[in-house]
Amino acid sequence: MLVFTTIAIVRLRNLFAIVMLSGIYSLLLANIFVTLDAVDVAFTEASVGAGISTVLMLATIGITGYDIKARSNIRRLVPLIVVSITGAVLVYGTMDMPAFTDAMAPIHQHVAPRYIIDSPQEIGIPNMVTSVLASYRGYDTMGEVIVVFAALVGVLSLIGIRETKVVPNYLEPPARPILQVMAKLMIPFIILFALYVQFHGDFGPGGGFQAGVIFSVAIILYTLTFSQYDGMRLMPPKILKILAASGVLIYGGTGIWTILKGGTFLNYSVLGDTSVAGQHLGILVIEFGVGLTVATTMMLLFFAFVSRGDSKR
Amino acid sequence: MISLELYNYWVVIFLMMAGFYILITSNHLIKKIIGLNIFQTSVFMLYISMGKVAGGTAPIAVEGVSNYSNPLPHVLILTAIVVGIATTSLALALVIRIKEAYGSVQEDEILEMDQIADHGKAEDEDNQADSSGASSK
Repeated sequence: MLVFTTIAIVRLRNLFAIVMLSGIYSLLLANIFVTLDAVDVAFTEASVGAGISTVLMLATIGITGYDIKARSNIRRLVPLIVVSITGAVLVYGTMDMPAFTDAMAPIHQHVAPRYIIDSPQEIGIPNMVTSVLASYRGYDTMGEVIVVFAALVGVLSLIGIRETKVVPNYLEPPARPILQVMAKLMIPFIILFALYVQFHGDFGPGGGFQAGVIFSVAIILYTLTFSQYDGMRLMPPKILKILAASGVLIYGGTGIWTILKGGTFLNYSVLGDTSVAGQHLGILVIEFGVGLTVATTMMLLFFAFVSRGDSKR
Repeated sequence: MISLELYNYWVVIFLMMAGFYILITSNHLIKKIIGLNIFQTSVFMLYISMGKVAGGTAPIAVEGVSNYSNPLPHVLILTAIVVGIATTSLALALVIRIKEAYGSVQEDEILEMDQIADHGKAEDEDNQADSSGASSK
């Protein structure tokens, strides 16, 4: 299925269809991740790939136009040969790789046994993905959060957010009563689900990244079905910018807090009475920081693209 | 030696090459970004499929289960997906700026405009100022 979708994306000319197909592609990929036991990753891919990324792409093609003109000096043969040769070399390279699902593969020998065997006792939470993400590899995750924040700063400095001061005339664009009522019914549950994913991420699949994306989806749905003005009044971009920065601050601040408590940077064991309680508290706090940054970043990105499109009209 | 044991890598390679092909051949900048995304997801697939263990279950500790898939690639890819959308949106923002500066998102048209901007004034040796002048108009 994934392969067929990819072929369709390669062949198609209509950008709208391509963007929709790439959303389907992400959803299929999420299904494959579930069958490969990567529930957290599937969760993220479904909400990010099929949700936010499709919306942002659509907002962009709304500005740039739908059709792809054929290149005048078209040459398909040379790229095809280059791609085939590269692919053949890579296939040759896989001949030495360990077989699929082989438990003795080198990837499972290094640090993974420690994560699997020790982490439920050391960290005290059953979801190993969360404990590796937030505790063992806390530095990495902090770097990722900073990258997300930096991308936000980049987008804002490139296209910025144009806040609409004008109250929209509610007669045009035509009112969408069915969509608006349905959205009002859905949004509380989406937000509730986001909070559940945020604070239950220690035990089940989920965590700050997924929760942040789901939360922002609720606001995006509101903005899409009502208007940009309503969305920005609900979540003023000025406040969102401060919140996005403070999410990073919470993460880094937790690191400083652990140093002040006498530990090393991001070693949460010193935060609580026992090491496990400290780990638990630390993970909860930094996951909150992650969720805050991701949610506000996604909302700001959406506002930036949408407001750019509207001001062109 | 050649058997279906390695088919996960071959799917990954096919996806990667399809993304690469879109990146080379397509003329439209947004389609190029989608190609880049497919390339990126093929790497996600590679990591996740390597983390799978036969008979293993999702890495959430449950009593009575001792065989888990490897959690480390999951962590790496989870964060990579979120970083991926952030960088994709940066690319889309650049596309919007290109559209505003050039009035087009077709690669060949943009290159043509750059050619004209660079060589329109033949004596002018300051090409840098020329092209930046074109993009800021």
